[in-house]
Amino acid sequence: MKILVAVKRVIDYNVQIRVKEDGSGVHTDNVKMSTNPPDDNATEESVKLKESGKVKEVVAVTIGEEKAQETVRKALAVGADRGIHVKADSYIEPLGIAKILKKVVEKEKPDMVFLGKQAIDDDCNQTGQMLAAMLNWPQATFSSKVTLKDKSMEIVREIDEGLETVEVNLPAVVTCDLRLNEPRYASLPNIMKAKKKPIEQMAAKDLGVDIANRVQQLKVEEPPKRKAGIKVANVAELVSKLKNEAKVI
Amino acid sequence: MSVLLIAEHNNKNLKPFTLNAISAASKIDAEVHVLVAGSGCESVAKEVAAVPLVKKVLLCDSPNYQNYLPENLAPLVTKNADRYDHIVASANTFGKNFMPRVAAALDTSQVSDVIKVNSPDTFVRPIYAGNAFATVKSNDKKRCVTVRPTSFEPAPKIGGSAQVDKVEAADVPNFSKFIKREETKSERPELGTARIVVSGGRGLESGENFKLITDIADKLNAAVGASRAAVDAGYISNDHQVGQTGKVVVPDLYIAVGISGAIQHLAGMKESKIIVAINKDGEAPIFSIADYGLEADLFKALPEFLSELNKLNTIQK
Repeated sequence: MKILVAVKRVIDYNVQIRVKEDGSGVHTDNVKMSTNPPDDNATEESVKLKESGKVKEVVAVTIGEEKAQETVRKALAVGADRGIHVKADSYIEPLGIAKILKKVVEKEKPDMVFLGKQAIDDDCNQTGQMLAAMLNWPQATFSSKVTLKDKSMEIVREIDEGLETVEVNLPAVVTCDLRLNEPRYASLPNIMKAKKKPIEQMAAKDLGVDIANRVQQLKVEEPPKRKAGIKVANVAELVSKLKNEAKVI
Repeated sequence: MSVLLIAEHNNKNLKPFTLNAISAASKIDAEVHVLVAGSGCESVAKEVAAVPLVKKVLLCDSPNYQNYLPENLAPLVTKNADRYDHIVASANTFGKNFMPRVAAALDTSQVSDVIKVNSPDTFVRPIYAGNAFATVKSNDKKRCVTVRPTSFEPAPKIGGSAQVDKVEAADVPNFSKFIKREETKSERPELGTARIVVSGGRGLESGENFKLITDIADKLNAAVGASRAAVDAGYISNDHQVGQTGKVVVPDLYIAVGISGAIQHLAGMKESKIIVAINKDGEAPIFSIADYGLEADLFKALPEFLSELNKLNTIQK
């Protein structure tokens, strides 16, 4: 079997983002970038399935500017076999991303597509579900346990009320929760080896899909700042403030 | 034109967040219709019909929708989408699961997790885990929108009498199967919706010491949260994690204990109404967003806190 795993380059989760003064977005120049955290879980799970012997090949794909390739390299360094970089210079909405991924799926014919449940930049939580719908495949979102069977997968999903178990026939789309696994670190020898693994390049605009954005970003602003609070001297004062001033207990 | 809102329920009762979503939908257009799709869910349709803001209920009662599988639900929503300009659902694991499938089928770009409706086509939504707010305008003719329930007041529940129309089930693809649902049986409220959250961080120093946190949580009928550092250190399981890569919470009261306030944690809790920080490091960043800060050793402060709470005659639940 074969897995396609999609990875996205985003601002590192530990970076305090800064909103641009003109409201056009957030500063990305000289800001540390990394792979979207749940995409690392998607890669890890794909590699684990390969190590179990059930999966023969793991192909990592990213869509984005030149440097987005780093995310594919990282996936290669932890065990993916080869990469695909679909070049795109500007932001593409999940709808357009799903259309591009559908093209890649049609070419690669994987049995499963793994993605992170959500990207931590635009926080849309759409791409996997949209791709599944476009392919007319089943989906398992927020996955925290994956059991691969011959023609299906049994998946435990994180839902608001607790856990849900579903079985989806293959081929299927899986979006990964952070609880799915513990992504490994790439060892230095594997990072060196990954440099030799092939990354196929293509351009988003050559794929013959409509990737024009439909949602216009009018303004990006900082959330309202919290007003400065006070320090209390002791626990008794804290409890009294919570009871009588804030009236929350 | 009108709004079609997809109700979340358990086939017996409406989930409370649907009321918040109804009030969000009514800000897009006053003509709010609600689709109740489930199995043996007539009582839910009645409950929805009584909500004054709802103008019409579409009831689809079929075994196909018993477990709300997105592969089954999305084609039903798509089939009924013709007469509507907006399709709306809550931005929780229910709405997030099926709505993008509807949007893809309609070839429309979804607007996720809306916290404010400016006009029928313009919305405010948080990005970067709430570290920035984006105002966006949807240029699609048909719009799929998910709304953050906690950002809208729940709609009043009684006084209405909307018409209930039965709609036919759609074809189902039969490639996914529901097996089971295990609802977390905790004495404590759910982290995502709790009125009070008490969180512990690295400062707790061990998993055993989290008892200091849970004792206070139990006293306040609060949910228990944790920073990523505490989860990574193995003090507590990661379903308690609050932050950019964990859960985003908006309680009335958030008590952060032994949490320094890393960006990634703040992103998950800084919209809380009242924030309390207890930390021995007076310079910790958490104090800069706390309404009430207590610079103290948590191992002394928490037992004292508990005994002060025990002295109170009443505690709001």
